[in-house]
Amino acid sequence: MIQQNLQLDAQGRLRHFLTTEGLSRQHLTEILDLAESFAMVSGKSVKKVPLLRGKTIVNLFFETSTRTRTTFELAATRLSADVQSINIATSATSKGESLLDMLHNLEAMHCDMFVVRHADSGAAHFIARHVAPHVSVINAGDGRHAHPTQAMLDMFTIRRHKGDFSQLKVAIIGDIMHSRVARSQIHALNTLGVGELRVIGPKTLIPPAASTLGVRIFHDMAQGLADVDVVITLRLQKERMRGALLPSEGEFFQRYGLTEKKLALAKPDAIVMHPGPINRGVEIASSVADSPQSVILEQVSHGLAVRMAVMSMVLGRQPLGDSGAED
Amino acid sequence: MSQIHISGGRMIDPANQRDEIIDLYLAEGRVVGIGTAPADFVAEQHIDASGKLVCPGLVDLQARLREPGQKHKGSIASESAAAAASGVTTLCCPPDTKPVIDSPAVAEQIQHRARAVGLSRVLPIGALTQGLEGGQLANMQALQQAGCVVVSNALRPVTSTLVQRRAMEYAATLGLTVFINAEDPWLAADGCVHEGALSTRMGLPGIPECAEVVAVGRDLMLIEQAGVRAHFSQLSTLRAVEMIADAKARGLMVSADVSAHQLFLTEMDASDFNSLCHVRPPLRSQRDRDGLRAAVASGVIDAICSDHQPHDRDAKLAPFAATEAGISALETLLPLSLRLVEEGVLSLSRAIAALSSGPARILGIEAGQLGIDSIADICIIDPDAPWQVSAAQLRSAGKNTPFEGWELRGQVSHTLLAGKLVFERET
Repeated sequence: MIQQNLQLDAQGRLRHFLTTEGLSRQHLTEILDLAESFAMVSGKSVKKVPLLRGKTIVNLFFETSTRTRTTFELAATRLSADVQSINIATSATSKGESLLDMLHNLEAMHCDMFVVRHADSGAAHFIARHVAPHVSVINAGDGRHAHPTQAMLDMFTIRRHKGDFSQLKVAIIGDIMHSRVARSQIHALNTLGVGELRVIGPKTLIPPAASTLGVRIFHDMAQGLADVDVVITLRLQKERMRGALLPSEGEFFQRYGLTEKKLALAKPDAIVMHPGPINRGVEIASSVADSPQSVILEQVSHGLAVRMAVMSMVLGRQPLGDSGAED
Repeated sequence: MSQIHISGGRMIDPANQRDEIIDLYLAEGRVVGIGTAPADFVAEQHIDASGKLVCPGLVDLQARLREPGQKHKGSIASESAAAAASGVTTLCCPPDTKPVIDSPAVAEQIQHRARAVGLSRVLPIGALTQGLEGGQLANMQALQQAGCVVVSNALRPVTSTLVQRRAMEYAATLGLTVFINAEDPWLAADGCVHEGALSTRMGLPGIPECAEVVAVGRDLMLIEQAGVRAHFSQLSTLRAVEMIADAKARGLMVSADVSAHQLFLTEMDASDFNSLCHVRPPLRSQRDRDGLRAAVASGVIDAICSDHQPHDRDAKLAPFAATEAGISALETLLPLSLRLVEEGVLSLSRAIAALSSGPARILGIEAGQLGIDSIADICIIDPDAPWQVSAAQLRSAGKNTPFEGWELRGQVSHTLLAGKLVFERET
């Protein structure tokens, strides 16, 4: 039997954070509001809050990542939790029983939360389904499936700049097919009531049933970018050229690379986002990445506040969770 | 072998268009009387089948017994016991055992073990190419002489179209039927679910409909060219079914089966990364499921099989794509088929035909019917007995069923193999 809504506890509060899909607007807004209060803490000289003192968080990274792992470590530290990061080579131990054995061993060391990144879609769900009842799981990226904290820091950035989602037109450009970031953004934006959501890319990089996700599909930048408020570009992995999905980076840039000329098709005050790390001259021109319209570096710093918010919501479920936490 | 009198049951024998309450008399492993006993008949054993269905023993075109090579998942003994309790008297075992059934020794070993266990007739399917590698032809004549009635490359597609053509021509020379699991390996690539709404949402690599359709298209051309008798195993798409219907209308010697789970589950059942629904070919759309049901009803699909694949627990304990495909399906084959009758999709006689005479005709064996002098492979079914599926209670060594908790009806009360009682349900 499949458990319904694995992410929520009996009171409907966030127990794991695995995907932005299936959560209510209230849940997502609560994350954003709490992140807003933590963003203020980050600006102060004393950056630590004692919310998760005595809690142990283990970052389990089956796929290498520097930025995401670092912001999760920093977020845990600022919440006064003990944090340990473990990098596991993707080869031998990433499968089956050995994965479960490792989890149970770590549980036996009384850890309270796993932050998991894994190359297989569904890995975080799998782990969440098999951990002890007191352990929570945060998905830091699973295969092509989801990267919910990245999506929430993007929502945070959009809300800070644009306010009301219902008035916005948002376009996501590039490799939607292989992007866990895009999937999580799409669910979050639709849950938050975005005005219009578009994806732009070649047929080879748009999933065949993309329209079932609640997006409009464009293959042409001029049409897709017309009148949009938020432009999100995605990282293009080099291996896409080997799978015959694209002829070359050059041809992709020519058609879908975000240049000043193409950006001019969007609204004059449109913001430009990218989950990083960026490939200059592949999905985005340097002049756009470094332009005043770009909020790419802001996204990185918002990552900390959002991850603090999610960690404190999930681990501090009893008395905590009200937004006055920073006082 | 004892003389048995089965009384008061409703005999359903689609091959002979019989559906009536009538007594059966068995002797020497064969049916010796229907309605009236032969003159010298003295019943040594009596089975009261009142209120029950008396049907030909079921013939399953595809069941993996995991022996030789994977005894941690199941064995001829454990899976034959599951078959007997499910009314299945004939099982076809695909050649992807370890070692592969590409030599007479392996084919004979499997039959020898099955005879020693004595609970079901096991027909090994011979390899089409050596080692199933798609390069050199297997010694098909030797395999035929060792008891393989059909040949197949199992789930390993013959990628070379030329080798596939030659293999079909050679099989046709020997009068062997070729079983085909149609899937284009390049289009299927690293897919693990149907390419559609679910793969899009879950970020799982998809196996598109065209992976099956392109392969069926290629092979239909080659079948026509080679003049071989061919059978498509476990079809999953409506489009492929339509192509089979056309091919049959053109007079090609083709047939097809579908696994019972494809008639009930769809891609959406694998949502939430439920690895018990990881199967190959993948669960498809609602439209495909409905098309497959209609094709069983119309006879375009000749047989329903279990596609039984028992697994050890660890095989399903991993992130979805890393789990092994397959369902432990022998024990749900008959109750699911009866549910199609309950839902008005099939008549009772069509359902029984798809499980007995249909597959027997594909194999060219004498089982699957209950005429005078036919082999006494019989299953007796209590059609109204309720059964809630419980993985823990499956007789198969594999507990991997996605039907846990389903309320099904129809339980086998007796199974006879060549006139010998191999299963009797305790009441």
